[in-house]
Amino acid sequence: MALLTITSPHTVSNTSVQKIMLTVWAATLPGFLALVVFFGWGYLINAILAVTTALVAEAVIVRLRRRPVWTCLSDGSAMLTAWLLALALPPFAPWWVTVVGVLAAIVFAKHLYGGLGHNPFNPAMVGYALLLISFPLEMTTRWATPDALLLDGHSFYIAWTAVFGDLNPLQIDAFTMATPLDTYKYDIAALTQAEVLQQGIFAKGYRAYGWEWVSLLYLIGGVVLIFRKVITWHTPVALLLTLSVMALLFSWDGDTRVPLSLHLLGGATMLGAFFIATDPVSSATSNRGKLVYGAGIGLLIYVIRTWGNYPDAVAFAVLLMNFAAPLIDYYTRPRAYGENTNQREGL
Amino acid sequence: MWGFTRAGKPRKNGEGQTYWTLPGSVHPPENKTQSLVNAIQAMPLVREYVVPLNQHIGAFALPCVDVGQHVLKGELIAEAAGFISAPAHAPTSGEVIAIEERQVPHASGLTTSCIIIRADGKDQWRPREPWDDLQSHRVADILARVQRSGVTGLGGASFPTAVKLSSDRDHIDTLIVNGTECEPYITADHSLMRERAAAVYAGINVVDHLYHFNRILVAIEDNKPDAIVAMRQAIPDHLKERVEVRTFPTRYPSGGEKQLIYILTGREVPSGGLPLDIGMLCHNVGTLAALSDAVFHDEPLLRRITTVTGEAVARPGNYDTLIGTPMRELCRVAGVNTDKADRVIMGGPMMGFALPHTDLPVVKATNCLLIPTGTELPLPGVAQPCIRCGLCEQACPASLLPQQLMWFAQAKELDKAEDHRLFDCIECGACAYVCPSNIPLVQYYRAAKGQIRQEQAEHKQAERARVRFEARQARLDREAAEKEAKRQERAAAAARANAAKLAAAASDSTDVSDAVERAKSKHPDKPTAATPPALTTEQLTAKLSNLTGRVAKAESKLAEARADAPEQVKALETTVNKLQEQIKKVQADLARAEEQN
Ligand code: SF4
Ligand code: SF4
Repeated sequence: MALLTITSPHTVSNTSVQKIMLTVWAATLPGFLALVVFFGWGYLINAILAVTTALVAEAVIVRLRRRPVWTCLSDGSAMLTAWLLALALPPFAPWWVTVVGVLAAIVFAKHLYGGLGHNPFNPAMVGYALLLISFPLEMTTRWATPDALLLDGHSFYIAWTAVFGDLNPLQIDAFTMATPLDTYKYDIAALTQAEVLQQGIFAKGYRAYGWEWVSLLYLIGGVVLIFRKVITWHTPVALLLTLSVMALLFSWDGDTRVPLSLHLLGGATMLGAFFIATDPVSSATSNRGKLVYGAGIGLLIYVIRTWGNYPDAVAFAVLLMNFAAPLIDYYTRPRAYGENTNQREGL
Repeated sequence: MWGFTRAGKPRKNGEGQTYWTLPGSVHPPENKTQSLVNAIQAMPLVREYVVPLNQHIGAFALPCVDVGQHVLKGELIAEAAGFISAPAHAPTSGEVIAIEERQVPHASGLTTSCIIIRADGKDQWRPREPWDDLQSHRVADILARVQRSGVTGLGGASFPTAVKLSSDRDHIDTLIVNGTECEPYITADHSLMRERAAAVYAGINVVDHLYHFNRILVAIEDNKPDAIVAMRQAIPDHLKERVEVRTFPTRYPSGGEKQLIYILTGREVPSGGLPLDIGMLCHNVGTLAALSDAVFHDEPLLRRITTVTGEAVARPGNYDTLIGTPMRELCRVAGVNTDKADRVIMGGPMMGFALPHTDLPVVKATNCLLIPTGTELPLPGVAQPCIRCGLCEQACPASLLPQQLMWFAQAKELDKAEDHRLFDCIECGACAYVCPSNIPLVQYYRAAKGQIRQEQAEHKQAERARVRFEARQARLDREAAEKEAKRQERAAAAARANAAKLAAAASDSTDVSDAVERAKSKHPDKPTAATPPALTTEQLTAKLSNLTGRVAKAESKLAEARADAPEQVKALETTVNKLQEQIKKVQADLARAEEQN
């Protein structure tokens, strides 16, 4: 018999990159469905557009880099990047915004750095940040009000025209200027908390109506990922804890600043904590490192949201901590079995 | 530095015993029941046995039989060469038909000198001299008997047991009996504990007699309930107080010596150290049973239990196999269907290595032959890029950063790899097991370790060459100095003779002083006496300290050479002696000079 002489281990567990990516994707689905239910078809249109663009862009660039196209496409990473970006974009963002964002993520943030596993920055957040800086108008005025699907102005037709046509958003009731976080932040300067909560975006007596459900579903999806050991708890827990502590310290008075509940449930916090900050490629690697990394993101989210000019800070916080990840890794290397850390150089 | 402790923490098992959880570790499918259906079966005699001369860590044994000689079972056929070495014995009675190079089971397809014995079918023992007790024998005799028996660790590393047992006896208070057997598929130790628990305790007795342990921890994973029961029931009365059979959840690689110590005691063996550094001694159950056979029954290590298993095996089970049995015979007896198999793995699926073919002898380390079908253990897919998912790190029982190590190994940044504790990697493969990108991580570590070792060897060699060069230089200098001294002596003698002649002539001539002056002027700058110019006290002191330095250096080199370059020992000894003579001379000079002052 012709025997194979390969090295150990001769058995591998049942994981694959594809499975991991698909699991992460599946974990976002409940939140995504809630987005579509509360905010209309725009999210679905965007997501399909983004994923298609990503797959085409990935195929082309992988071809140019002379790598096996099918292997790269089937690992699911390009799809997931585009998907996460689509979840973060305003639902009525014009089509070209989505396309530009996805191209920036796949071509620049991922492949120009050497492809999967080599990108120092989270590709989806690079795309998002680029769009926010380049097209602030489109990025901040294309949000939808939460309402029942297909009632009012939430028809597929409107979403379609908003994305592909040249609908002026300001003429349509269903559009809002910004996310709840943003609205609260600017209105609280002049109004009381009770008055702010009268706004349409906070309608039906809930805070951040719709967003709460989406965030909670992301949270559940994230917890599932932790239990399935796709991600560890360290980054999200550190992130949420730090953000909470900051909010409790500086936002205890809801009449002056955005309160904790809105920080946690009113923006991209949960999406960021469980699906963006946990991107393994660009984050810190050791468990201790992840604690520091997550805490850094939580801190930055609060700081940028409160004292900065950008409506939602997740993208910038993540990118800034991407910068710090190698340094964090250096200082948080776990102590190996039997190692006496006092002997370690430079520490 | 952040004040965190290791991931592991003490817990209680179902019976209230404490154990520490390993950080990381994995739980691959166990696949142990197949080979446990039947009791241990004796492998029948075969026609020919191939006994390799190096089945252990350490030096090759030296053959002490001739081709054509008839040997009896258990007869010594190769002597241990040096301290870390083990002898070899005839596995059965028969004729030595060859001593030649044969391929042996080794990851690199190595060949080794082997003694080939054709069995005469009688399986006739050499005379044996059983012992009933240990008390009537001296410790040195017991150790000698262990050394002569060729017992090596049967858990995998094959370290000569006699060497392990001659370690310092004062600081060791705990014996750890390793019955963990954490690799999937392998059940050799399991079946041994189940069926020969008494032999294991007899072996424990031997070691305990040498060390007088405070406690003896028998470690068994909780997936071997029948072995646990058997080992508990077999505890001899006089050991009841000190023996504890400890169980803990099944995880891979809890059977690694260092991992096991952590699981049982929460203590870590210092990096680069040995269990004895923290007062522990660790022996595998198979080794202990073999030790008992050797000491009480005067049976050298001739056989071991080998698990033959996998879906391509018709009669999986544990076979009591003579060392030297060709694997193909073992496979035949176990009913291996070669058409179904694509690999034959010696060892388990996690750390075993694939053999090129089965024309190889069973050696002391052959705990398992795993012959899986392609569907049973599918080949890993093509390696994909690392997505830094960190699963490898979560799995690493040594708390290393496997992916970083892999990057460093790939980029040949070997110093960084070392700094990230490459050498604390036990090559357990847990990281590669979980890697979703199918990256053969362990291969990278093996390659990097190999490279580093090679560089170190080269460095050592360069160092040796330097020492040799210096020794040669010193010899040349010395010879030149001696020649010069002789020349001066001859010259002085000549001058004296000359002067005497002149003096004799001067009885005739009146101008004696003139003649002497003339004789002297031949060597205007040399004193007439042969003694070198006297040195001052300071000069002598300086010379002395210089010489002392040199002798210290030479002595340390000598010690090094004793360990790994015996061919240089002679030369270095001469150097040291010479230097010491010189020191004595200078000291004498110094004493004289001081007296004069
Ligand atoms: S498990 Fe594999 S893919 Fe994941 S970080 Fe480790 S080496 Fe990279
Ligand atoms: S092979 Fe080495 S690096 Fe990988 S898990 Fe085992 S000890 Fe850790």
